Amino acid sequence: MSRIRYTRRLPAAVAAAGALLAVAACGGQSGDTSTAAAPNAPARLDPNANLAKQKLTISIWDGYSPEDLPKRVKDKFGTSMEVAKHATNEEVMGKLTAGADSGIDVAFVSGQYAQALNEAGLLEPLHPELIPNLANLYPEATQLSYDKGNKFSVPYTWGTTGICYRTDLVETAPTSWKDLLEPADDVKGKITLMTTERWLALPAIKALNYSVNTTDDAQLQKVRDLLTSAKEHLLAFDDTTFGDRLKKGEAVMVEAWDGWCPTSEKNIKFVVPKEGSDLWVDTMVVLKSSKNKEAAHALINYILDPEIHSWAAENILYKVPNKAAMEKVKPELKAKDSPLAMTPAQLLQGEPIIDLGKDSQKYTRLSTEVAAKN
Amino acid sequence: MSTTKEHDVATRPAPREGPRRPRRTRGSGRFFAGLVFLGPGLTYLIVLLMIPLALVLSYSIFQRGRFGGVVYEPTGENFTRLLDPLYLDVVLGSLKLATIATLIALLVGYPTAYMIAMLPRKWKTIALVAIVLPFWTNFLVRVYAWIVLLSGPGVVNTALIDLGLIDEPLEFLYNQGTIVTGLVYSYLPLMVLPLYAAIEKLDPTLREASANLGARPARTFFSVTLPLTVPGVLTGCLFVFVPSFGNFIIPELLGGGRSIMVGNLIRDQFLKARDWPFGATLALALVAVLVALLLAQAWAARRYSRA
Amino acid sequence: MRKPRLLHVPFWLTYVFLYAPIVVLVAMSVNSGDSPYSFDGFSLKWYGALAQNEDIREGLVNTLIVALATTVLATVLGTLLAVGMARYTRSRTLDAIGLLPAVLPDLVLAIGLLVLYSAVQMTLGLHSVLLAHVVFGMAFVAAVVRTRLSHGDTTLEEASRDLGAGAVTTFLRITLPQLAPGIAAGALLAFTLSVDEFVIAFFTSAPTEPTLPVVIYSMVRFGVTPEINALATLLLAVSFTVVIAAQRMTRLTESLS
Repeated sequence: MSRIRYTRRLPAAVAAAGALLAVAACGGQSGDTSTAAAPNAPARLDPNANLAKQKLTISIWDGYSPEDLPKRVKDKFGTSMEVAKHATNEEVMGKLTAGADSGIDVAFVSGQYAQALNEAGLLEPLHPELIPNLANLYPEATQLSYDKGNKFSVPYTWGTTGICYRTDLVETAPTSWKDLLEPADDVKGKITLMTTERWLALPAIKALNYSVNTTDDAQLQKVRDLLTSAKEHLLAFDDTTFGDRLKKGEAVMVEAWDGWCPTSEKNIKFVVPKEGSDLWVDTMVVLKSSKNKEAAHALINYILDPEIHSWAAENILYKVPNKAAMEKVKPELKAKDSPLAMTPAQLLQGEPIIDLGKDSQKYTRLSTEVAAKN
Repeated sequence: MSTTKEHDVATRPAPREGPRRPRRTRGSGRFFAGLVFLGPGLTYLIVLLMIPLALVLSYSIFQRGRFGGVVYEPTGENFTRLLDPLYLDVVLGSLKLATIATLIALLVGYPTAYMIAMLPRKWKTIALVAIVLPFWTNFLVRVYAWIVLLSGPGVVNTALIDLGLIDEPLEFLYNQGTIVTGLVYSYLPLMVLPLYAAIEKLDPTLREASANLGARPARTFFSVTLPLTVPGVLTGCLFVFVPSFGNFIIPELLGGGRSIMVGNLIRDQFLKARDWPFGATLALALVAVLVALLLAQAWAARRYSRA
Repeated sequence: MRKPRLLHVPFWLTYVFLYAPIVVLVAMSVNSGDSPYSFDGFSLKWYGALAQNEDIREGLVNTLIVALATTVLATVLGTLLAVGMARYTRSRTLDAIGLLPAVLPDLVLAIGLLVLYSAVQMTLGLHSVLLAHVVFGMAFVAAVVRTRLSHGDTTLEEASRDLGAGAVTTFLRITLPQLAPGIAAGALLAFTLSVDEFVIAFFTSAPTEPTLPVVIYSMVRFGVTPEINALATLLLAVSFTVVIAAQRMTRLTESLS
C-alpha cells in the first residue's frame, strides 16, 4: 500500500524539485545580466582601450563586406573578429530583438530597422569622437530622416529600388511600376517581387502615387488590392535570388535593389520607374549589449576609410555614402554600371523609408494578406 | 504519538515475511532508485519542455510590446485575432493542404506497404530500408532536389524541350501542387511504415478463407484486409498530417512564398512581425488541432480493435 | 499466396518517386557547368569548391559537436528514464511527458525554447541548440529502450534483487547488458536526428555558430549551384551508410540474442 503511495507521489516530488531548480536557474541568470547601465545613457568609453583584448562579432548580409575584413581588422588594431551572415533585415532583427543575447556587437541593418532598434533601446548612442572618418561622408548622408545627425547609425551603402530586367526577353522595356504589377502577356509568370514588408508594398504604393511611409488605411487597402491582383502574374516572391533568376532566364523582370541587379551582364538593365522610388540606406549600428564598444567604434571608423569603403562600391556595385571612397572608384565601373553612377542628388529624389512605430503592424498585416490570398 | 503509529504499521508485516529484509528499507530504497532513474530525465523535461510550453501558453494572454517582446497585461485579443478571417483562412488552407497530402500519401503508401508485406523475407527488408533511406537524409536536401527537378530551367523542363515535347519551359514550381508534392515526398515513409506493420500482422488465413469462400480479391480487400488495418491507416495518416500541418520550409522553398501555411504564420510572428504573443497563440491553436486529432485517432483505434 | 499483379505499378512508382529526385541531385553534382539544371560534362570541381567553403566546414564542425554531445546526454538520460518509467512508476502522465517531445511539432518546441532562452536572457550558442536537441533525443532513446524493456524478461532482475543486489547493481549488471542493442539503436537515432535537425537550430542557434542545416538553408535561399548538389550527395552517402550499417548491426545483434 505505502509503496504505491510512494510511486504516486514521486512524480509530484520530482516536478516540484524541477520547478525549484528552474526558478533558481532563471533567478541566477537574470541577476547576472541586470547589472547593465541605465537604458539609453551612453556608455563611458575609453579612447585608449586595448583593442587587442576585445573580440568583435558582426552580423552582415552575405557577400556584403570584403572576405578578408577580419584579417585586415586583426592586422590593423589587433581585434579578432567573427562574421555572422544574415539573408534579410528581418532575419537579423529576429535575433536582435529576441531578448536572448545574440552576442552581436555591430549589426548591418537598413535605416528604418536601425530606427526601430534605437527606439526599442537596443542601440548604443555613437561616440563621434571615436569615429573621425565620419567626415568622409557626403553631407547629405548625415541628415537622413531615419537618423538625423548619425546619432545611432552610420550609413554603409545607399541606393534605390527599381525594376531589373532582361533586355532580350521583354518586348517593351519597363518604365513604370505598372509594367511590373499589370504586366504585358509576354512577361506574365516571369516576374518576382520582394517579400520584406516595406519593399513588398513599394511598387504598388508608388504606382498609386502614395508616400512610401503611408499609414492611411484607405490607401493601404488599394495597395493591397493592387498587389493581390499582381500576385497572379508572379513567378515567386524573392528577396535574395532574383538576380540569379534573371541570369538563368527563369524571370525576366524583377523588383530589385540597384546594387543587386546584375547589370554587369550585357542583357540586364536597371531602371527607376517614372513614378519614383525610395531611398534606402544600409547602416552600421552598435548594440547596447556589446561588451566591446571601443572596438566596435574602431571598426566603423575603419570601414569609413576610403580604402575599405570603396571596396563595397567596386565589388558589390552598391553606392557608398562616402565622398572620398566614391572618388576612388574606377571610372570605367561607373560608366558600365549605371546605378553606380547615380549622384547623391539623384538618390535623394527617392523617398526615404522610415520606421512607422506601431503602424508598422499595418504593413505586416498587408504582407500577410497578400501572401495568404490564393 | 503519530510517528510511533506509522512506524508500527510499517514494521508490522516484517515478521510475517520471515528471513526477508524488512519492507520499509526496501520501500525507501525503491523510492531513491526511482529518483535516480526518473529524476534527471524528468527534471530536464520539466525545465526544457514543460516550462517552455507553459511560457508559450502564458504569452498567449499577454500583449505584444511595441518593438517586440511582451507587455504583461492580460488580453483576450490574441484569441479573437485567431478568428479574423485572414488568419482563419491560413489555418483552413493549411488543413486543406495537409489533408490532401495525407490522402495522397495513403493512396500511394497503402499498395506499396501491401506489396512489401507480400514480398519474401529477404526482399522485404531491402524494400523497407529503401523506403526509409531517403527519410534519413537531410530534409532541406530533399526539398532542394525538387527545385532542381522542377524549376523553369530545371531538369524536367530541359528534358522535355530536348525531346521536342514542348517549346517553352513550363512552370511546375511555386504553386500549391508543388507544396503538396513536397509534403508527400518528405513524409511518405512515415505512412508506409505503420501501414506495413499493420498489414504484416494480418493473419493470412483470414484472406485465404475469404478467397476460398469465393470472394474476389477486391472484395476480400475491402471487407477483410482494409478494416483490419484501420489502426495502421490512422497512425500513418497522423504521422504524415502532423509534420505537414506545421511546415514552413516547403511552402517557402517550393511554394515561392505565394501560399503560406500556419507554420509560416507562426515563424513570421516570431522572426518578422515580432509579435510573440500572437505567435504563441497560433502555436497553441496548432497544438490544439493536433491534440484533437490524436484523441480522435486513439478513440477510433480503440473502437476498431474492440470490433 | 497470390500476389496482386495490379499492385506492381504503384509499388514501383513509389520507388521511382522517392529516388528520381535523389538520382538527379547526385548526377548534377558532377556537372562541369555552373548550373545544376543542365549537364555539361563530368567534373568534380564542385566537390573541390565544397572543401574550400569555410561556412560549410564551420557548419559541419558545429553540427558534429552538437550531435555527439546530444547523443551522449540523450542516451544517458533517455535510458535512465525508460528504465525508471518501466520499473518504478505506473503513471500515465509521466509516460505522456516522456513521449511528448517525439510527437510535438518541432516548430512549437523551437519557439518554446526561444521564449525560455529570452526569458532568462541566455547567450545563444551551440549549447542552446544542444539543450534543445537533447529534449527530443532523450524522448526517442527512451521510446526505443522501452520497447526493448517491455519485451525483456524481468525474472533475472527479480532474481538479482532477491539475492540481495541493490537497484544500481541490478541495473548495471543485469538490465543494462540486456538493453544494449536498444540503447545503441536509440543513440544512433538521437545522433541522426540531431544532425538533420533544422527548425529548432534555426530558432535557437547563435548567428555566428550556425549548424550545417542552417548553412544549407541559407545556401538554398541564395540560389542553386551544383555546390549544394555536391554537399547533398556527400550527406546522402553518409546517411545511407549509417542506416545500412545500423540495419546490418541490429540484424546481427538480433541473431545473437
